[in-house]
Amino acid sequence: MAHDIEIIEKTPAEFEYKKRRSDRLMRSQLMMFALMIFMTLISFAAVQAGFSAYFVIPVVLLLAAVQVGLQLYYFMHMSEKGHGLVAFFMYGGVLLAFLTVLAFVTIIWW
Amino acid sequence: MTTVSNSVEQKKGFGAMLWDWLTTVDHKKIGILYLIGGGFFFVLGGIEAMLIRFQLLIPNNDFVSAGFFNELITMHGTTMIFLAAMPLLFGFMNAIVPLQIGARDVAFPFINSLGFWMFFFGGLFLNLSWFLDAAPDAGWTSYASLSIASAGHGIDFYAIGLQIAGAGTLMAGINFLVTIINMRAPGMTYMRMPLFTWTTFVASALILFAFPPLTVGIFFLTFDRMFGANFFDHTMGGNTIIWEHIFWIFGHPEVYILILPAFGIFSEVFSVFARKRLFGYSAMVFATVLIGFLGFMVWAHHMFTVGLGPTANAIFAVATMAIAVPTGVKIFNWLLTIWGGSIKITTPMLYALGFIPSFVMGGVTGVQQGAAPLDYQLHDSYFIVAHFHYVIVGGVVLAILAATHYWWPKMFGTMLSEKLGKITFWFFFIGFHMTFFLQHFLGLMGMPRRVWTYMDGQGWNLFNLISTIGAVLMAIGVIVLIINVIITTAKNERVGNDPWEDGRTLEWAIPSPPPFYNFAQTPLVRGLDSYWIEKQEGHNGYTAAEPVTDIHMPNGSIIPFFMTLGLFIAGFGAMYRLEHDWGLPVLIFGLAFTFLTMGIRSIKDDLGYYVTKDQIRRMERGRD
Repeated sequence: MAHDIEIIEKTPAEFEYKKRRSDRLMRSQLMMFALMIFMTLISFAAVQAGFSAYFVIPVVLLLAAVQVGLQLYYFMHMSEKGHGLVAFFMYGGVLLAFLTVLAFVTIIWW
Repeated sequence: MTTVSNSVEQKKGFGAMLWDWLTTVDHKKIGILYLIGGGFFFVLGGIEAMLIRFQLLIPNNDFVSAGFFNELITMHGTTMIFLAAMPLLFGFMNAIVPLQIGARDVAFPFINSLGFWMFFFGGLFLNLSWFLDAAPDAGWTSYASLSIASAGHGIDFYAIGLQIAGAGTLMAGINFLVTIINMRAPGMTYMRMPLFTWTTFVASALILFAFPPLTVGIFFLTFDRMFGANFFDHTMGGNTIIWEHIFWIFGHPEVYILILPAFGIFSEVFSVFARKRLFGYSAMVFATVLIGFLGFMVWAHHMFTVGLGPTANAIFAVATMAIAVPTGVKIFNWLLTIWGGSIKITTPMLYALGFIPSFVMGGVTGVQQGAAPLDYQLHDSYFIVAHFHYVIVGGVVLAILAATHYWWPKMFGTMLSEKLGKITFWFFFIGFHMTFFLQHFLGLMGMPRRVWTYMDGQGWNLFNLISTIGAVLMAIGVIVLIINVIITTAKNERVGNDPWEDGRTLEWAIPSPPPFYNFAQTPLVRGLDSYWIEKQEGHNGYTAAEPVTDIHMPNGSIIPFFMTLGLFIAGFGAMYRLEHDWGLPVLIFGLAFTFLTMGIRSIKDDLGYYVTKDQIRRMERGRD
């Protein structure tokens, strides 16, 4: 059974474009990777340096949030086209989770 | 390959037919399975309702015992919500949504089958409690202090049964989301999707966000009752109110999971039988999405009397009332769809016309309860019972009955009798209002909900009597429907593609019931109500987006059945672990069995099969 496998040849211009594009992507991914390692080091250093827990915990949480964002946008390609719905669902979920936690904190545990 | 073409052309023996239904991954057959399973539990929940009403027929009645009455109300609510209303809606979603978007199946046929079997085994597990021990008796909300104090295994059946059934629902929801996002035919943009598909989409998103809290809550309950945890025990540092929050964070979106597909069904019925395009399509879509969002921000209105404080009560009261706005938009859009239409009063249209006043009454009492100070008076009275039966029976059940008549020809290829259908409607509709309208006043007169019996001389006797008579009328309506189904199936008069003659959406462009591959060629969608557009231009059928090519289809599989069977067995092990030696081994065996079947599924490649062009041409010719 031949299941019409289409073979599309790239034109040289297309090939060049794709190559430049993936080079650029690779560069940004490497940069972000370095940045994330750096942020992890800051977190460890902050704990090691023995600052007050009231300073360390928010900083570590903030850096963690930034890292989640970088992870999603630079490594899981959420910045690219066709991810609008995914982003909508994720932000929707984050909003609902935030409201739930806010309600729990304010009306149960306060 | 020959078996493929034979499977639709040959009669099979009983064993082969049973095997076919156990292993099917075809969305149309799974839709029918959901309909049968949901229908069975609907009748079961209905019998429980009748027993409740007979107990309340006269004051000081002892038709059933107080303990049994608690089991009846708990199981009536749980069965009707989780095992009847939702699966019946899933039945229609499965059967119809892939056809409406021009797809050949759902995105994950295997998971679709798994979802059905989990619902079925979960429901079976829950209902075996009647025979094995005592049924759950802490109300369908199973509030924690009461449910943890409840003796016997009743609540264990509730927790484990709903855990299994809930996981199945979550799978079904994810499946529909992926299907609707990824499998729409060329040209079927979001804003060309029929309203039933849209509401299925939003309801599935609600399932995605609402069922995980239920899973967590039920796990807490399971661990508190069966494994010695203390999540809800305040003497051990737990908090009993957390169950209420978690339950309603799930429970409120749950009622929108039920009502949104019902709105979708009525939107289809109105525009088909008013023979007009749905008025304000984009406003309808927007209202659906908005109801979905707001549905997550109002759960505490079930808990006004818990003592959350005036600030929290005020915020949740305002959010609750805000939901009336998009719902009102929908009501007016339906009215304006009928306005000036060329109306045909068929059975589905009768249900749709009956739905508007009934549901509005339920909505209005909902806004009343949304006012927190008034809710202090109405809380836990029969007013509440009247309210939620008005929205669920007046909305969801009427929609399910309408959809049964409306899509029956598409699902089974025969037309339910219109005459018997109208008899069903009038019995059910009059019975429904008789049963529940007076319950508003019973509530205002002070009758609390969930009472086993009541004293004479409080002025409640007559209204309770009328209410019970109404329930009998509803039961007669359902019996007439069952007779209708039997007669129609026995007569077996086949119908064509578009038996209502005014079908607007893609499902009416293909044979009834559709061939197992649905569309011989993937359709091209050129606008909203695409089949209507084709008919306006004098075409018969749909415009194809591709030439006839080989069709890739999934293979059936028995694995979902066994995967669920393992969980079903493990449930008994978890429950009897503390009092029987065999409990723990059975728990381990059941889980190991499920993991084994999951392993087999992961390792064994199943790439499906192809229906060749020749076979498709032969089958399409055979039909014409």
